Amino acid sequence: MSKPPIDTGELRRRDFFGIAGAGLFVFFRSGPAEAQEPARLPTRQSGPADFNAYLRIGADGRVTCMSGKVELGQGVMTELAQVLAEELDVSFDSIDVVVGDTGLCPNDGGTYGSMTTPLLVPNVRRAGAEARAVLLELAAGKLGVPVERLRVGNGVIGDPGKPGATVTYAQLVEGKRIERHLANIPVKAAAGFQVIGKSPHRKDGLEKVTGQAKYCGDMIFPGLLHAAILRPPAHGAKLKSADTSAAEKVAGALVIRDSGMVAVLHERPDVARSALALVRAEFENPPAGPDDVTIFEHIRKTAPAPRAMGAAGDLAEGERLAAGGIVETMYTNSYVAHAAMETHSATARFEDGKITVWASTQAPFQARSAVMSALGLPADKVRIVSRYVGGGFGGKTEADQGVEAARLARIAGKPVQVVWNRQEEFFYDRFRPAASMTIRAGVANGKIVLWDSQIVGAGDREVVPFYDIPHRRVTSAGGWMGGNPPGMNPFEVGAWRAPTVNSVTFARESHIDALAAKAGMDPLEFRLNNLTHARVRRVLEMAAKRFGWKAARAPSGRGVGMACGIYSNACSASCAEVAVNRGTGAVEVKRIVMALDVGLVVNPDGMRQQAEGCVMMGMGAALTEEVKFRNGEVLTRNFDGYPLARFSWLPKVEIVFVDDPEAAALGGGEPPIITLGAVLANAIYDAVGARLLQLPMTPERVGAALAKG
Amino acid sequence: MERTISFRLNGKLTSLKVDDQRMLLWVLRSDLGMTGTKFGCGEALCGACTVIVNNQAVRSCVTPAGAVEGKQVLTIEGIGQNGLHAVQQAFLSHHAFQCGYCTPGMIVSAYALLLKTPRPTREQIVKHMEDNLCRCGAHGRIIEAIQEAAVAKKGGAL
Repeated sequence: MSKPPIDTGELRRRDFFGIAGAGLFVFFRSGPAEAQEPARLPTRQSGPADFNAYLRIGADGRVTCMSGKVELGQGVMTELAQVLAEELDVSFDSIDVVVGDTGLCPNDGGTYGSMTTPLLVPNVRRAGAEARAVLLELAAGKLGVPVERLRVGNGVIGDPGKPGATVTYAQLVEGKRIERHLANIPVKAAAGFQVIGKSPHRKDGLEKVTGQAKYCGDMIFPGLLHAAILRPPAHGAKLKSADTSAAEKVAGALVIRDSGMVAVLHERPDVARSALALVRAEFENPPAGPDDVTIFEHIRKTAPAPRAMGAAGDLAEGERLAAGGIVETMYTNSYVAHAAMETHSATARFEDGKITVWASTQAPFQARSAVMSALGLPADKVRIVSRYVGGGFGGKTEADQGVEAARLARIAGKPVQVVWNRQEEFFYDRFRPAASMTIRAGVANGKIVLWDSQIVGAGDREVVPFYDIPHRRVTSAGGWMGGNPPGMNPFEVGAWRAPTVNSVTFARESHIDALAAKAGMDPLEFRLNNLTHARVRRVLEMAAKRFGWKAARAPSGRGVGMACGIYSNACSASCAEVAVNRGTGAVEVKRIVMALDVGLVVNPDGMRQQAEGCVMMGMGAALTEEVKFRNGEVLTRNFDGYPLARFSWLPKVEIVFVDDPEAAALGGGEPPIITLGAVLANAIYDAVGARLLQLPMTPERVGAALAKG
Repeated sequence: MERTISFRLNGKLTSLKVDDQRMLLWVLRSDLGMTGTKFGCGEALCGACTVIVNNQAVRSCVTPAGAVEGKQVLTIEGIGQNGLHAVQQAFLSHHAFQCGYCTPGMIVSAYALLLKTPRPTREQIVKHMEDNLCRCGAHGRIIEAIQEAAVAKKGGAL
């Protein structure tokens, strides 16, 4: 990657162009930053104040795209380079993508919510198209040829009728500074795509396979100190005293105490840890609280007032119609952890009154605000760099470790690195919340006539079923997004890949299968009989066709199941085949077929990678992953107590897309995971006739359900 | 005990004065500045820190520095030092990674497998790689990449 054109700090418009040099700039906004963070607009860094992303074509012919998104592994660098190459008619290799650096990149919102593809990509395409149009005009003047006669290939403009009359993008911008703000230039039609819809090599590949990719805990500076920080034994525990005298005697150790934080710093990270172990601390334990078994009753009791999410018809009429065909069930799911392989890491360096923090985070600008407020520094004194992040899944929305490193670096007067160990990572994770979902639904003559559902703890997204149900009511209380009363969750909760929707899709699609059984119908036939949502019908039918679904009433003993759902306007459906060991309760997933409608697929292999990843992550969450805790203490401390899906779990995975090149591109990192809980629950039911009502469906729970019959 | 430890690191003779009970992971990352080897769990549960010692894959987070005295240590930096190795090339072409954090450990483990078993079956690959964790879910591609690397090497020397 070539050197980004700008160094650091907040720049005024004049300074921006002074540093950025010659070239063609297209400035634009990508949407969410305006909507979400109006207060930050005046302090935006790196250029004119009224844009939040840009591309630059430099006099060396290289194209740079800058965005405040980060590369979590989802392939954002590759995707942005593709769409720019497409619209500009330059090679994919001539594009550099710079992400995640608040000193260089404009603020276009955090990297979450499947927003990059639908909100940023269209504007990057339009910016590329606009830059191309400007260059064509310049070329027309230079070559003395009308624009209509010009053709572009690989950054070279020429008139096919005049051989030799060509000019390159680089020549056109050399010595000039051309500034444009995004106008409404049409983008290419799908029929002309040459790079969109292809799967080029990932931009981040070479660095990642050679070990050269630098994560935030890989930054090394002269004098760097590694910090190990004293942690409470439980959430809510209060530090009474800490005797640090033994730690202070460790050669080279520096003990820092700063408003409640006790840290031991050393030039070797492991020595800092062992010195911290010498600190004798006393804590006051928090009052008794719920554990991983009592939590569901606890959240139902402590939840805030329910929000009405959607109502239609008359529930009493639904009850009357469904008489004899009612199924009422309570579904639950436990807390799950993000468990990214990279723990929260940060390196902070304080120099000349400015701090730079390399912090693994999905939201560099949010991290900047946190560091600004913790250190009392203005925006132009704080720079966050978060280029490569070793997995996020929603768990790196906050950057507490960055604040810790920043505080310590300022006090120590030296660069400081904070890398949480795995126990800290589990302890401070903002888990997917525990949820309790009650559904009372009724069926008459193969039609769902009643749906009365109370969702507690999960959140609001997609809680109202997309099936055609005349008499329904859905409420939601509390959730992942905050607004929960203190103590409802014994620790912080947050966004976990497709927040709310994993939980409610498990409950809804399990219940749909239970209603199909009640109606004596095949699960696919029953769904189609109650569904007019054309896009969901389409993915269901695609998945069923690819799977070779054969109609039967469950339980058929075959171990097959299906589920469908919507997330962020994308539709997904899956079919699964499982084998259940009746002796041990262990579930083996043999095959998953998934159909996805995510609109235009910019990079099919990238989309496939996301879907394959969702299958594995979703299997773990559905079958084994569960955070254990008691009285504020997180008992899950490492991977031995938190089994992730591994190589031996890998089923046969087939992913199919509804590829609609004329449709808007939708985010694909989250929709593929939403059906995993229900599709496996339904397949288990089909295999053994026992319905699992709680995630994860561990061997113990499967065994208990089998015993119950 | 603090003493001078000598070993070959990616082919080069390396000597450093170090407490021999400290774990190799931290000596590599901090004392030697070689950050390709990753910390993931600290208890040999995830494989992110895998390195090769005398042709065996080991977890450097639980391997005391003293244990590599006089031995050959190979890290991700060594595997790629003479141009991309077949395993790296196959990971690249299969996109057998997403976030890339587990990738050095995966590639080093795969390399160790091919040292011992140049033409592994799918079952042998799964068994060997089982304790290397990947949260992004690149498992299927990693298996395919290892199979392709084995074919590229035609069962011959790495």
